Amino acid sequence: MGYDPKNPMKDRITDIGPRHYDEFMPPVLKKNFGKWLYHEILEPGVLMHKAESGDEVYTVRVAAARLMSVELIRDALNIADKHCGGYIRWTTRNNIEFMVDDKSKLEPLKADLKANPMFPIGGTGAGVTNIVHTQGWVHCHTPAIDASGIVKSVMDELFKHFQSMDLPAQVRIALACCLNMCGAVHCSDIAILGFHRKPPFVQHDLISSICELPLAIAACPTGAIKPATVEGKKSVSVNAERCMFCGNCYTMCPAMPLMDAEGDCVVIMVGGKISNRISAPKFSKVVIPALPSNPPRWPEVVAAVKNILETYAKNANKYERVGEWAERIGWESFFEKCNIPFDVKTIDDYTLAYNTLRTTTQFKFS
Amino acid sequence: MAKFETPLINELEKGPWPSFVADIRRQAKTKPELEDLLGQLELSYKDKETHWKHGGIVGVFGYGGGVIGRYSDMPEKFPGIAHFHTVRVNQPSGLYYSSAYLRQILDMWERRGSGLTNFHGSTGDMVLLGTQTAQLEEIFWELTHDMQTDLGGSGGNLRTPSCCLGMSRCEWSCVDAQAICHDMTMTYQDELHRPAFPYKFKIKVSGCPNDCVAAIARSDFAIIGTWKDDIRIDQAAVQAYVNGEFKPNAGAHAGRDWGKFDIVKEVINLCPTKCMSWDGKALKINNKECTRCMHCINVMPRALRPGLDRGASILCGAKAPILEGQRLATLIVPFIKMEPPYDECKELLNKVLDWWMEHGKNRERVGELIGRMGMREFLKAVELDAIPQMVKEPRSNPYIFWEEKDVPGGWTRDLAAFRKKHPL
Repeated sequence: MGYDPKNPMKDRITDIGPRHYDEFMPPVLKKNFGKWLYHEILEPGVLMHKAESGDEVYTVRVAAARLMSVELIRDALNIADKHCGGYIRWTTRNNIEFMVDDKSKLEPLKADLKANPMFPIGGTGAGVTNIVHTQGWVHCHTPAIDASGIVKSVMDELFKHFQSMDLPAQVRIALACCLNMCGAVHCSDIAILGFHRKPPFVQHDLISSICELPLAIAACPTGAIKPATVEGKKSVSVNAERCMFCGNCYTMCPAMPLMDAEGDCVVIMVGGKISNRISAPKFSKVVIPALPSNPPRWPEVVAAVKNILETYAKNANKYERVGEWAERIGWESFFEKCNIPFDVKTIDDYTLAYNTLRTTTQFKFS
Repeated sequence: MAKFETPLINELEKGPWPSFVADIRRQAKTKPELEDLLGQLELSYKDKETHWKHGGIVGVFGYGGGVIGRYSDMPEKFPGIAHFHTVRVNQPSGLYYSSAYLRQILDMWERRGSGLTNFHGSTGDMVLLGTQTAQLEEIFWELTHDMQTDLGGSGGNLRTPSCCLGMSRCEWSCVDAQAICHDMTMTYQDELHRPAFPYKFKIKVSGCPNDCVAAIARSDFAIIGTWKDDIRIDQAAVQAYVNGEFKPNAGAHAGRDWGKFDIVKEVINLCPTKCMSWDGKALKINNKECTRCMHCINVMPRALRPGLDRGASILCGAKAPILEGQRLATLIVPFIKMEPPYDECKELLNKVLDWWMEHGKNRERVGELIGRMGMREFLKAVELDAIPQMVKEPRSNPYIFWEEKDVPGGWTRDLAAFRKKHPL
């Protein structure tokens, strides 16, 4: 018996949570759980983990677009069935991992993966791994830019760094298609952010019937939205000079859309990290306040990301993340080396701005 | 023959990176609604604007999360995606799957949805993209009855907790991240499914300070594995790295010739606390000075291992910029043992949630509430003593909000006596 719409509560099951992960781990991982000794990256995309028992597990990591059809996932599962005992895993950055428990099984697995261009091997070590990203125009109502298309365009260009380990350290790129930042853009080595630049419309004829006006007013972090009566109807007014284009009002009220083909742009942020390695986790910083959003290939964005990545690759020390490099040489040198014009808009003027201003006579001439 | 001409997005079928357009186009042969999706996407590429309407409340009976309403703003032109809702399915800890289980999900989604997914959504769920309202209860029935799994969180709920792969395949994990994540998910099922919070609340568990699940940047309550005792050293293996027998950093830098491994330059001098030394024979670590950044362990995984007195640091309040600016999580508990049933950790989490539910404004994350009310109020509410580990440095302004009880004699004073001494 399946679901009965006439009797929706009959035999209803709720709050059972996810399946237990124990069911899904390959036997060699279950056997050596918590007893791993060390790992090696044998070649880009291929890892070997050694257990105290002497067991080894070989992992092949491949890219995936995050946005995946069931057919493509089945292609991956067919490979997992053939080579990996029917087990598979995803990484936190949308890569797929295939694991085998013996070195002899590695080459046949790699051969089948290499036969499918949808599963390129790579994404390990000091390279560029998969871009964490958001929905964009494929499935979201607030984006300023697409997500999957820009990721595809950037990774096509940086593909050799996905399949090699030739950078000073790992470079984590993230994309968020609006300020809500569903991707961890605020702490990435290089971040691509969609941004609106026109204040919201106010649809005066509809707003009081489809929105809670006090919520829309309270949603504004700068107090730019005030109650107003327009042509006898209750509505709101927006002080455009105080708008910082966060879009929180639109989230609360569909009668206040911000999106605009001309206004919407791409912000490039740099130097964030999450790991506690050597230096503390850092936020990404705005280095390019606006690039045009030009589908289908976003050439300006691709060029900007590539330029920053290659300048970093040429200049940073081994183990140095993008943000650590920029801090060591000084941000004034970062702008100079990357040949990015410094813009007053990259100086913070929000709540914690003072912490970012220079309070010393020590600086470098540019 | 494609239903719509799509010259712009066709450009995204070129190049070496996996093409989502090619993938969707292939799936569209059996799921024709995806032709409409490609058509609408092409229109967005032309218009440079999205064509999805603002939300809409849909869900399954008794839950206030897990399903997100999504409607096309051009339903006549693209009827196949007029309703195209999202279903979030709670992922297993560590993102491992058996083919048999995953095929059940995929088969169901091909029957009852568009066949399009995100593996995975940013929070960690399996995200199923595109179904109609009438399918939601059917999907929920099949998930719970046939697949013994459940929906994830959305809205003002606990969001689906997530973790790194922990001890399953990592030598550095100091806590069983998967077990903690699963236990937290099961303990807080009600909070996950029924919105009672001012806004979203995220729990993430990383096994070590490398923090592969970005707990410190993305979670309101971050549990990050660490250790208290000494880093374990295998001096013979250190020598093997120095001699060039083992590749530094597990071979992560093999794509470029960085020259011979130099332990002083690459490990000793990069240690943030300068607590290590190398005399050509033995590596010494002054563990009391170590802040467990993981660098030396990352560089020489065969020689150095985290200590054995293990637990977690708890940090609180991370978020992206909306609304009051981005925050990293800040340290509230330096070390806590993490053994099941994790009572001490849950008691602390409950206090954090209670305080936030009492004082948080609509759409105010707990980090922003700490910012608005101050660490002093937060620490009082969660019954933690202030310790220097909580700050980078002490305050540099003396504007302390003294309480009456802490000032000798309190605040009630005799004005007449004061004026007798100090006439106006």
